[in-house]
Amino acid sequence: MSTLAARAERAAAVAARHADAVDREGRFPAEAVAALKAERLLGLQIPGQFGGEGAGLVQIAEVCSTLGHACSAAAMVFAMHHIKVSSLVVHGLDSAWHCRLMERIAREQLLVASSTTEAGIGGDLRNSLCAVETTGETFSLGKDASVISYGAQADLILATARRHPEALTSDQVLVALMADQILLARTSQWDTLGMRGTCSDGFRLEARDVPVEQILPKPFAEIAAVSMLAASHLLWSSVWYGITTYAVDRARAFVQAEARRAPGKVPPTALRLAEVVNAHQAMRGTVVAALRRFEDAHGDADTIGSLGFSVMLNNLKVTVSDMAVDIVRRALSIVGLSGYKNDTPFSLGRPLRDVLSAPLMIGNDRILANTAKLLLVQKGSGQLMSA
Amino acid sequence: MNIAQDIREILGSNEAFAGKVDQLSDDDSLFDMGLDSFGSVQLMLALEERFNVEFPDELLNRKSFSSIRAIGEAVSTLIKQEAA
Repeated sequence: MSTLAARAERAAAVAARHADAVDREGRFPAEAVAALKAERLLGLQIPGQFGGEGAGLVQIAEVCSTLGHACSAAAMVFAMHHIKVSSLVVHGLDSAWHCRLMERIAREQLLVASSTTEAGIGGDLRNSLCAVETTGETFSLGKDASVISYGAQADLILATARRHPEALTSDQVLVALMADQILLARTSQWDTLGMRGTCSDGFRLEARDVPVEQILPKPFAEIAAVSMLAASHLLWSSVWYGITTYAVDRARAFVQAEARRAPGKVPPTALRLAEVVNAHQAMRGTVVAALRRFEDAHGDADTIGSLGFSVMLNNLKVTVSDMAVDIVRRALSIVGLSGYKNDTPFSLGRPLRDVLSAPLMIGNDRILANTAKLLLVQKGSGQLMSA
Repeated sequence: MNIAQDIREILGSNEAFAGKVDQLSDDDSLFDMGLDSFGSVQLMLALEERFNVEFPDELLNRKSFSSIRAIGEAVSTLIKQEAA
């Protein structure tokens, strides 16, 4: 088997075996990421001319969902890697340095991390305090990065910074920093309720003598609007869908086991299962509809960067993250104490703790507030089948 | 009416452009100058009010608001449609 689905399944099987240990020890899902590299899944999105497979976000989303079923942390690492890669693929083609970087990512299966969050700015990725300081052909950058997921394990980090020391906080660029070009001093530890394996520690990041060609030529404002927003919300949603699928599968297996023990009767939990399967289908519909709209845009920057598209993506994130929590919680209520315990075939503690991060990673209130601004000018749309 | 001048006046009330509008050419990228999504929403609202037009969804994208010239063209088109 060498279809994409089969490769994803094989990596997911490795991730599943180590998921409990990753969670318990709050450690990086090293085995899962090694399996992703062995299956060549980190270069999936890189265009064929650079040695990748030219996969679109829809295919990446399917892999995210498969991994989400197995290990939320491994799935989120894979999603975050591909969110960064999507920025390179969409915005790096005009830069020889970034084209060579894409070749290396595909060939060497490099893991890409992101540094947007900064002390004093928080999670508002469209503002930076730190600035690129250029001297001749090189630059230096120092950043109080209060969160860099798997920063210590990544092969390179794409970091936001102001274009120069006098630039406005919103006048940002995105720079690629290879692991051997930076010093990371850990400033905080990621000891959390769930998603413990993403190792989203805080760091002081220092980079010196980095060639200026490693700065992506496009302004970060455009990168954020055209590739990052769509990739983030679509791939996160797919991870959360995978987590809920795992929980619903456990609930279904539990109800079916009850039914087998009492032939001729429909167990009372079956009604609750019907409800949760209903919610799960609605969640899937929401994710799939958004992926289809993205696919139908065929990468057109005006469509994807349009206000209506941003509203759609914001709504996707808010809706799906809340539904995901609700679905896993309902699945737990079906399996009862055997889901609450950590050592049964129906244990749901880990996925429940993991999925609780969904409404918080870019808080839903922040996203709704952003939508509220956009709605001041968006006009209505009347059609069912077209946007 | 001088649409380009009106646009410059409205832009001048945006934080990112305060005091810099006179140095802007008609083709300078407003996004490169720091226009963010909320800034473009405020800009649209002000333009709709000033010119008594409504931007349809298909014009609510980055291209329409990328430069003073692009905004001017969008506004002129809308004014002509209103008049027709």
